[in-house]
Amino acid sequence: MRTSHLAGIILFLAAVAAPAMAQTHMPGEEPVAPYVQSDANAGATPIADPAVLAAFHGRDGIARIANRTIDLALDDEELGPIFRPFDMVRLRRTLNEHFCYLLGGGCSYSGRDMTTSHADMGVETRHFNRLIVHLRMAMREEGVPFRMQNRFLALLAPMHDEVVQ
Amino acid sequence: MRVLIVGAPVFAFFFAGPGPAAALDLPQIGGKLPLTRGVTQIEGASGAGLAPWAVIAGNETEDGVGASAFYTATPLSDYDFSAYGAAIGFFDRFEISYAHQEFDTGSTGALLGIGDGFTFEQDIFGAKLRVFGDALYGQDTWLPQVAIGVQYKQAEHEGLIQALGGEDDEGVDYYVAATKILLRESLLVNATVRFTEANQFGLLGFGGDREDSHTPQLELSAAYMLTDRVVLGAEYRTRPDNLGFAAEDDGYDAFAAYAVTDNITLVGGYVDLGSIATLNDQNGAYLSIQFGL
Repeated sequence: MRTSHLAGIILFLAAVAAPAMAQTHMPGEEPVAPYVQSDANAGATPIADPAVLAAFHGRDGIARIANRTIDLALDDEELGPIFRPFDMVRLRRTLNEHFCYLLGGGCSYSGRDMTTSHADMGVETRHFNRLIVHLRMAMREEGVPFRMQNRFLALLAPMHDEVVQ
Repeated sequence: MRVLIVGAPVFAFFFAGPGPAAALDLPQIGGKLPLTRGVTQIEGASGAGLAPWAVIAGNETEDGVGASAFYTATPLSDYDFSAYGAAIGFFDRFEISYAHQEFDTGSTGALLGIGDGFTFEQDIFGAKLRVFGDALYGQDTWLPQVAIGVQYKQAEHEGLIQALGGEDDEGVDYYVAATKILLRESLLVNATVRFTEANQFGLLGFGGDREDSHTPQLELSAAYMLTDRVVLGAEYRTRPDNLGFAAEDDGYDAFAAYAVTDNITLVGGYVDLGSIATLNDQNGAYLSIQFGL
């Protein structure tokens, strides 16, 4: 009796944990080691100002900016080699979620935290800054005003300390 | 490794001359975002026009050694003030700098009885250590980037300086600078406290018949980012008033800085230094060019 009771608890716990632990990757993506999904992994409190979301042209604009940033990074002679080994399908999805969540677009962030996701990548400050330059370019192409760009970058800047390890 | 890589361009930079074409052809070194190294203030330290900031010279990050060079021309109402120099920034942590200042009295020299075209000059050797904080990445804290610095100044014309009431022809300024980028507001603010006995930056010597010891002076800067390559700024710098023969006033300026490339920054502005050697209202436009690696 006691054994089956314990087994029941384990099954129950497994069932509860399953939604958070199981779907760490989507169809078309390579499997990743299990981790606990949480918006807290995004590493910052989202911007609540609707004017910022509007300046980024909502979820569609954010998706264009996230994809364009990755395209520019892949074309970058210094960043390309750092990005290319990774699953681009997953990176495009999680970066889009990350931006959308932080800009108050109402998305959930299902990716890993900044420390874990950048472990052993060898990112230096110069690389972090180059990505900022590409993100600025993507935002400029989307027509996001400079002041609104800075509202977003102010959230991303402190992540430097987790990304550059 | 990066130290070794940067060695050759720095060498070429100082010996081949800072031509714009040479700077543009350099390999992709550096890594700081445009303008986040500041420009070069009038005494050779990284900062704005009048005040040193807590930032470190050159384009390199904590992974490398960068450098910068500058020339600033400031034609005032009755004098021509100019400065040039260079700085090396080590690992975005430590900076050494040199600047030479010339204060050409032109035809005013004859008026003052020191000779037509008489030129006050001084050499300034500076060192600055970034102590804590990060002006750019610390957006989640109010803590600024803080640096401490010294500027050793050696003025020429010791005899004249003493005749004017100056105590010494050499002196040392000590300062603490705090710099914060308020990215949410597209704003940079800086406050520097300087302990100095310099008369007119040191060009008229150090200490005087009215005051012959170091006094604390305050230097404030604010800069608004129009784009990631253009900022508009203003500064205020209080100054000692040590000499009995001529009053010295606080200085202020307003400027625009444009990062033409990652290596070249142009600064244009207006500066007012008040009364200098009995001649009041010394102000004018100034132009500065800075090269950074």
